[in-house]
Amino acid sequence: MKTARDVLAKLLRDPAAALGLVIIIALVLAALLAPVLATHPEAVWDMNPRQRLLPPSETYLFGTDRMGADIYSRTLFGARITLVIAIVAVGAALVIGVPIGLVSGWRRNWFGEALMRVSDIFLAVPQIVLAIAIAQTLGPSIENIILALSVTYWPWFTRLVHAEVRALKNETFIEAAIALGVPTWRIILTHVLPNVMSPIIVRTSIGMGFTILTASALGFLGLSAPPPAPEWGRMISESREFLPEAWWYALAPGLAIFLVVMGFNLLGDGLRDVLDPRIRRAAGGR
Amino acid sequence: MPPADANLLEVENLFVSFATESGPARVLDGVNLTIRPGEIMGLVGESGCGKTTLANAILGTIAKNARTAGGTIRFAGENLLALRPRVVANDVLGRRITYIPQDPYGSFNPLFPIGKQMMEVMKWKSPRRAASETRGVSGFFSRYPRARRREDEAALLAMIRTVQIPNPEEALAKLPHEFSGGQRQRLMIALSLLPQPQLVIADEPTTALDATIQAQILKLLKRLAKERGVSVLFTTHDLGTAYEICDRVTVMYAGQEVETAPVEDFFGRPQHPYTVRLLESLPHPERELREIGGEIPALIDPPIGCRFHPRCSRALAECRAARPPITAGGGGHQVRCYNPVRAA
Repeated sequence: MKTARDVLAKLLRDPAAALGLVIIIALVLAALLAPVLATHPEAVWDMNPRQRLLPPSETYLFGTDRMGADIYSRTLFGARITLVIAIVAVGAALVIGVPIGLVSGWRRNWFGEALMRVSDIFLAVPQIVLAIAIAQTLGPSIENIILALSVTYWPWFTRLVHAEVRALKNETFIEAAIALGVPTWRIILTHVLPNVMSPIIVRTSIGMGFTILTASALGFLGLSAPPPAPEWGRMISESREFLPEAWWYALAPGLAIFLVVMGFNLLGDGLRDVLDPRIRRAAGGR
Repeated sequence: MPPADANLLEVENLFVSFATESGPARVLDGVNLTIRPGEIMGLVGESGCGKTTLANAILGTIAKNARTAGGTIRFAGENLLALRPRVVANDVLGRRITYIPQDPYGSFNPLFPIGKQMMEVMKWKSPRRAASETRGVSGFFSRYPRARRREDEAALLAMIRTVQIPNPEEALAKLPHEFSGGQRQRLMIALSLLPQPQLVIADEPTTALDATIQAQILKLLKRLAKERGVSVLFTTHDLGTAYEICDRVTVMYAGQEVETAPVEDFFGRPQHPYTVRLLESLPHPERELREIGGEIPALIDPPIGCRFHPRCSRALAECRAARPPITAGGGGHQVRCYNPVRAA
């Protein structure tokens, strides 16, 4: 197996992937150190009507919003919400999607087929529509957004793993293990899963970017964390009332979404080149 | 215990059919095959004649849609088809019968060093493994006793040296892709001999390799098998390869064996018309390439009688009626033909 150090070294040789990695590290640091980095941490949640809608200045780097809160500080704290949503949603999608893909790829009987058809049903509905339906029904909150995103994203992992496992099952070393009576669970854990890890890692990185984008869209539609939580999508949505005069309002959250999604996509593409040269940008990103 | 001169492997009247959409395809239709201890048996025939299916049937790895419909596979006196699959998997496969696959590229898991993978096999299939150790690979917890591990490692290193892999110690830490196809096949030979089996099934082990490498691998396999007294079932579609390595040869045609003979006899005095035509189809500097007219029969609805009769210039009336019985000639030459070619 390629060591993590090898992968990192190769990744850093690719400028785009290195940039992606830097952006993501910055995102994580911003989320962790938000109270330290924020210039006005106290003003994230409170109202200060007197400082309402101030343009960018030395005190307020990206200006203030309609509540008079510092947009720079709010964007930093927003990184926490974004990161939590992305990690938990993609993590849950992994936990649901990968085992289902392993089982359906391995057992090519009616049961495996049934699992794949269920994933097809989820894929047939546009993700954002399904997520809106779920978030709308259950009410706007971070938990519901996470639920909506994980329920809609797992089929991507299932399809990916399913295809890989089907191909792997014909390899001689797998057939040999079957012939020697190695139990299925052990073959899957020791031979199949390590061989599908690379595409899973790549898809996870790209999926993080995609999930953040969808989460922001849902936030924009008012289905994410309720105010005054500093959710990036909602911040952009709020800014519409004050455009074009308060041009700075959407700048910081918009840039943040753009950079973070780009970061995950660049990293995902870079990882794909390093880990899985066979598919080289053949599959479209989602 | 069977007597010492008994056959190691006896396949008798074996039927295997595949369920297909247009009905069952009788891929093996009453096949007979014997292998004596220490003998290299060549199984030759065109693609699709059932060589690999026969090898897989012996290994118990026939495809899901295949069904063994009758016959016996007797290995050292025991019918493998009647034994419990778990017993076969634990005590026979990988220990007393081992396997060299056709494609050396897929035979190792690409992610792990070959030493680790070979030791994983030795953990379960080492000849030094005592019967008292946990029964099989299906055990949840499994120990690898340290003393045996050391012995197995020594044996592994010695074997890797024997198959002429340079720098054996370093080689063990390398990943499969760092070896050439020929080296990988050498490693597979090493792995197949390490459990000290009685029978090695080599399914076209040189087909995927360069011609120059083929000869080396064949020599190596032959030498090691002869030194150790291991029987080999060697399937190939290449008659030249069979001539190089085999003691006896069995020809298959459309799921049935048609002729079995010691290798010299086989190439010198072929008796079945199919064998004759097969040998004539080899490239020869003094004559034009001759192909066998007609087509390989469909196995879903095969010709009645001798399956070769529609393409046979010597076919008689009875060839269309029933499958010819085995006619034993001198020196272990057996042929299934009503009108065999007899040298004058």
